[in-house]
Formats: sequence, structure tokens, C-alpha cells
Amino acid sequence: MPPNPPPLITRPEGLYCPDGDFYVDPLRPVPRALITHGHADHARAGHGAVMATRQTLDIMALRYGADFTQSRQVAEGVCRIGGVEVSFHPAGHVLGSAQVCIAGPGGRVVVTGDYTRTPNAACAPWEPVACDILVTEATFALPVFRHPDPQDEITKLLSSVAAFPDRAHLVGAYALGKAQRVIMLLRAAGYDAPIYIHGALQKLCDYHIAQGIALGDLRPATVARGKKGDFAGAIILAPPSAFAATWAQRFPDPVISFASGWMMVRARARQRGVELPLVISDHVDWPQLTQTITELDPAETWVTHGREDAILRWCEMHQRKARPLRLVGYEDEPE
Amino acid sequence: MIGDFADLLERLAFTPRRSLKLAHLAGYFAATPDPDRGLALAALTGDLDQRAVTPSLLRKIVSGRVDAELFALSYDFVGDLAETIALIWPGGADGRDVPLHALVEELQNTPKADLPALITARLDGLSPSQRFAYLKLATGGLRVGVSARLARQAVADYGGLDLAEVEEIWHGLTPPYESLFHWAEKGPKPVSAALAPFRPVMLSTPTDADALAALDPADYVAEWKWDGIRVQAVSEGGTRRLYSRTGDDISAAFPDVIAAMDFDGALDGELLVRRGDQVAPFNDLQTRLGRKRVSAAMLASHPAALRVYDVLLWQGRDLRPLPFAQRRAALEAAVQTLDPARIDLSALLPFDTWDTVAALRAAPHDAVIEGVMIKHRASPYLAGRIKGHWFKWKRDPMLVDAVLLYAQRGHGKRSGYYSDFTFGLWDGDTLVPVGKAYFGFTDAELKALDRFVRDNTVDRFGPVRAVRPEKVVEVAFEGLNRSPRHKSGVAMRFPRISRIRDDKPASEADQLDALLRMLPPQ
Repeated sequence: MPPNPPPLITRPEGLYCPDGDFYVDPLRPVPRALITHGHADHARAGHGAVMATRQTLDIMALRYGADFTQSRQVAEGVCRIGGVEVSFHPAGHVLGSAQVCIAGPGGRVVVTGDYTRTPNAACAPWEPVACDILVTEATFALPVFRHPDPQDEITKLLSSVAAFPDRAHLVGAYALGKAQRVIMLLRAAGYDAPIYIHGALQKLCDYHIAQGIALGDLRPATVARGKKGDFAGAIILAPPSAFAATWAQRFPDPVISFASGWMMVRARARQRGVELPLVISDHVDWPQLTQTITELDPAETWVTHGREDAILRWCEMHQRKARPLRLVGYEDEPE
Repeated sequence: MIGDFADLLERLAFTPRRSLKLAHLAGYFAATPDPDRGLALAALTGDLDQRAVTPSLLRKIVSGRVDAELFALSYDFVGDLAETIALIWPGGADGRDVPLHALVEELQNTPKADLPALITARLDGLSPSQRFAYLKLATGGLRVGVSARLARQAVADYGGLDLAEVEEIWHGLTPPYESLFHWAEKGPKPVSAALAPFRPVMLSTPTDADALAALDPADYVAEWKWDGIRVQAVSEGGTRRLYSRTGDDISAAFPDVIAAMDFDGALDGELLVRRGDQVAPFNDLQTRLGRKRVSAAMLASHPAALRVYDVLLWQGRDLRPLPFAQRRAALEAAVQTLDPARIDLSALLPFDTWDTVAALRAAPHDAVIEGVMIKHRASPYLAGRIKGHWFKWKRDPMLVDAVLLYAQRGHGKRSGYYSDFTFGLWDGDTLVPVGKAYFGFTDAELKALDRFVRDNTVDRFGPVRAVRPEKVVEVAFEGLNRSPRHKSGVAMRFPRISRIRDDKPASEADQLDALLRMLPPQ
């Protein structure tokens, strides 16, 4: 049973562990932070001390500079902090992503961070971690979200490239995780032509390659060396924000595509002016989330952020104890 | 096959470009056999005669499979009923594809009581995108970003036909349009089987004083723009029909007008409720619309009449190629022969300069006038909205400054934004809701309003949020009717948020009295 007082509480800074005197993915600078993964809404700069996986620390240094924190510690094995023992376990979300397990006098708490159970060739797969309290994300926690096989979505992209050989295909994908996932899916589908990337993706793609993720032939999406027509039939990856910029004007009659779990909902895709929606998500969908709760069978489920109403209703229907933490500040999908 | 139709809807939904939509449609018509392609066309043009599967029936069907609260949360997020059901329906497809005509026929032939079981079984067998297409087909309202006109244009493109010719015979054709597709594939042109068919109407473009300044007033005529509905009255070979401007046959609701159509020809005009010389407000006409049958009491209390302003055909002669001035002369002669209590002439307004027209527009003699129409004397009667011939110069909208009270999340393109607003005016020291608006603002203003709602929520009722009564908005609207169904006693027509009044404190928003004074005389 959960201990009293609770092992985790919410504070304005974020989720706080009193027994260990640290925060998990705090939203503001704090003395001690445990970071689940490198997306900007979870990993912020300016903490006193950060514990995270080696890859997450590397990614934070890449994004914020080497001095993003005063001191850092690589999460390895089980580590005692104050009155609790913490360990990190793969979350399957992006390279370096981890769930944080906190074992204290009153039991074990697992903070999932963002996670997915769908295999992802760009990072280690999610692992089940037994716990008394599951603190889960709920980004796609509505029963309408049953994400299709991502490889089928890549087939859609490749069919479109074949159907419109004169047009460039601009695929919106966030710089950390989604971009490399899409590239790996393309490679798995046998696409070995060069893939062009926006400058904002370069550093993180290089880091993935250094970590042994074989992204293949990547080239910068610049026109310095050639003409506009060079990109006909090419696949170009960019952060979605680039589509609104003049950067996008260099491509011939582009097909605007976007790789995101939100692309299941037509209105969302149309709102963004997407012509080719690709439903590729790095988060648990509804079947995965309910399956996770069922399999781990925690005494309590706490919901950090997302569409908590539906999963709370589901827990109620299945006689499971659950409560919302209503943490504000996490994005629906990180930039 | 429903699979191909689902693919077509998917492509149309995500293709912003008109030319590509047309290409997708033409490709579908080329690849799909009869009768499926014709049924798809009918579904797109809204001509599929389907016994309506209502949204409430669909909700009932889905409640058999999905928890009501989970469904409500999902619907709130997705924003489209058919799409929500398509996505949330448990289970996968059985992999079998079904011809469109089989699905359409069984929906038409199944007794109402058996529809839930039929639809449930079909949903179980289809994939999510097929479920979406099937539900759109079943409910009739496709709303997939293709107008009826665009669909007809696609048939014309497919067969290298002239769109006006297709539209001219369209009302004589019925789904699945095999003769039309045969024509498109170099067969003979179908003979229009319809008696008294609809002819495509001529539409106007908006104008204003600046735009008119460039034109010579001597080339134009002006008429009042009455606040009724645009109709085409066709009487040929003993068949009489009254069409809305989109070609819907509304004869059944207006037997009094039909009885007065004692001529052979096609007239264009405004449908009004008129008691003697007194034209009634639009509200009175509204109560006559959409009825299958009209009571004698209603015919007596709300008598309908036509105010005609053009003639397309007269006694077998097509007058459309003639210039306006000649058609007008024919129209004036024609109206002489008709019952003036039911059909009268739209008067031409005397003017020499645009300033005179502006003065007329600014002070019309009747509250049911909503502006002036300006027409070129030399214009033939042309189908569609072609610039430079007919102009409408509507009167300025009415305005009030109101306070935002409630907001609801929008659907469709606006899902995720608080975009539907209820606003109120002061009655003493309380704010009384007077209307709702969900457009008029720019995308940037929508973002600002959405932010305001999120930061100033004081209460929640399901998808609705009550907000601190602090934000003043200017609401523009086209007219005002008495309405016992509204708390304030009035209903606005086409209300929209025309401006955000960040310069105005809520205490300086308008009083309810100010609004009531804008009501037309009873």
C-alpha cells in the first residue's frame, strides 16, 4: 500500500520526492533533478544537480551547452538518494529515455516519463517495471487513439513519393527522436537513397550515428550546391516550425507531411495544412496504456499530463484507484 | 467498393488544392464501375436519397459498444461524430471489401427498427477509414471539402463536357447517373427528363462606395435587396416548381405561391412573407421554410409571395442571352398578367449618381430591406458568380459591445480551441446572454480569445467554460428577431465577433435596452 505521507507530491516546480529531496522532470530550475529524457519540456537547463542516463545527459549538453547544470551523475544500477533508492529503466520513447523507479519505505513508485511499447529502432525498448504506484503520462489517452503500425505509415509516404516524382516530400518531425525514428523506418522499408535534413536536425542525427544508430546517407537540405529541381522526388525532414518559414520555399511544389500521433484526427491534420498525415507516435496509445496498467497492476495510478479524464474514467470502470496530478507545463508533443 | 470510396474521401479531405481534388475525383470516376461511381457522386452532391440515419441513432448504436463518458470525451476531442465512431469502434476489419451499392441499397431497404443491428454488423466488418466513409454515406452529410458544384465540375472534366450543360440537365437526372457517365464517355447527351427543371442562377459579388466610384452609374440599375430567400419559380407544360438558389425543390412548403404561378416560363426573385403591401421580417418566412405540409392557418397568417426581378424563360423562349434591359421589359410585361397579391415586381430605384444610391442604402423605407442590388444594363443572365455584372451593397451590420460569458471548444478545424462564444449585455447590474458567435475573428484573435478563456475560467460545465465577465467584444449582426426561446427575448442573425474591445472595461458594454431598440416594429 502507498505510504503515508505520499512518496511523491506535486509542487509548483513539478513532481517532488520528499524522502529523497529531489524532483523528477521539474518545470523550473531546482537543486536536484532526475530527468527521464531529453525533450525540452522534461529536460530544462539550470538545475543544481542532474541525474539521468548517459545519453540524456549528452543530449542536454548538446542542446543547452556543457554547463546546463552545476553537477551531473550518470544513472547506473540502483543508487541511494536520501531515504530512497532510485533506478532508471528504458522507456522506448527516444534515445536515452528512461522510466524512473523510486523505492522507499512505503513501496515502489515508477514515473514513466513519456513512453511507448511500439518497437523503435532508434532507442532501447520499453521494459515493464513492477511498482505500487504507476505515475504515467496520458498524452494519447483517449480510446480513439489506436496507432497503426508505423511501417505501414512509411509505406504511405513511399507510395506518395512514387506517385508524385516531381514533388519534394517535406516531412515534419521533431528533432529529437521522431526524426531518427522516421529515418530508421524508411531504412527498414528498404529506402536507401539520401535523406535530406534541415539544419536543426543535424546535431542530434550526428549524435545518434555516434551512438551506433545507422541512419544511412543523410545530407543537408540546402540549395547552395544545386538548383531547386534537385529536390524533386526527395524526402526532406524538418521540424514542423520550418514549414511556415521561407526555408520551405526552396522546394518544388512540396507535399507537406507530418509524422505525429495526432495525425489520426483529420481536423488536426487539416489545421496544420498537412497533405500527407503519417500516424507515427512515440507515446503509448490507448490499448498500450490500458494494457500497461492491467499488466503492472499497481495499487494506484497517477496521471501526470495529457487527456487524464478518459484514463481516470477507465480506471474507475475497472475498479482501479487513480488520481490526476494535473501537472501543467508539459507539451502535447515536444519541439 | 467501400474501400475505394474511403480512399477517395481521405484524399479529398487532405488535398487543399482544387485542381488536385478534381483530378482525384476524375480518377475515381474513371476507375470505378457503375453504379458505385454514380452513388459516390450522389453522396458528394447531396442527391443520394437516403432515409436519414440520424446522429442520435448513431449515438445509440455506439453506446452499445463504448462507455458513454469515454465516448463523450473522445467526441469532444475529435469533433466529428462519424470520425469519432470510426476511430473508437472496437475491433478490426474482417478484410472483406463491399460494393458501395450493396451498402446503399441495404440502408434504403432495411426497416427502421432493424437499422441499429445492420449498422452495428457493418461497423464490425469494416476498417476505420471504411467505417468513416460508411457512416458519412449513411448520414448523408459528407462535408469532406467538396461542394456539389465541384463534384459536377469533376464529371465535366472527366468527360470533357461543359459544366453549364451538365448543370442544366442535372435536375433531370437521378443517381446512379449512368446516362451522365455514358455521355462523359462519348455516349449521347441525356435528354433531360425533368419537367420544369432548375436553371443555374446568376449570383452577385459584394461591392462598396470605393469600388462603385470606378463605374459609370448610367450603365447600371439599382433595386432594393429584400431580406427573403432567393428562389426560381419555374412553370412549364403544366408542371410548377419553386427552387431555392441551390436548386432544392421547396414547392411543398409554398402551395400558395405555386398556385399563383399561372404562367409558362422561369422567373427569378425573392420569396417573402407579405401581408398586403407589408413585407414581414425574415423571421416570419423562416416559420414557413422546411415544411412538408402547411396548415391552412399558417397559409392565412403567413402568406408567401414572390417579388420578381428577372426572367430566364418566357413562353418557350430562352431570354438569358438578352441584355438585362430587354429581359426587364419582358419581365414587366409578364408580371402584368399575374396576381399582384402573390407576384409583384421588384422596383427599379431612380438615381443619377452613386451618392444617391448610397443615400437610399443608408435610409431604406422598410426594415426588411438589407441593402441594394446593382446590375449592369447590358449583362446577359449568366450562371454563377461572375464578377462585373451584379453587385450587392449590403447595409452596414448592426453592432453591440457585449461581454464574453461562456466559451465552448470548437469542432473540426477549431478542435482544441475555445472558439464558440456566448456573450451578454447589461440588464441593470446583471449580464443577460444575448447570443453566440463562432466566427468573425482572425486566427490571431482566436488564439488570444482562447488564451483568455483558459486563463479566466471560473466554472466548467462539461465542454463549456464560464469565464470572468471581463472581456468586451464588438458583435456585428445582420438583423434581429423576437424569439421566445431566448432568455433575452431576441435572436440575432449571423452574429460574429467583429472586434475585440480591449480598450473597453466590461462595465461600459451595452445595455440590453439598446439592443431591444434595434428590433423591427411589430
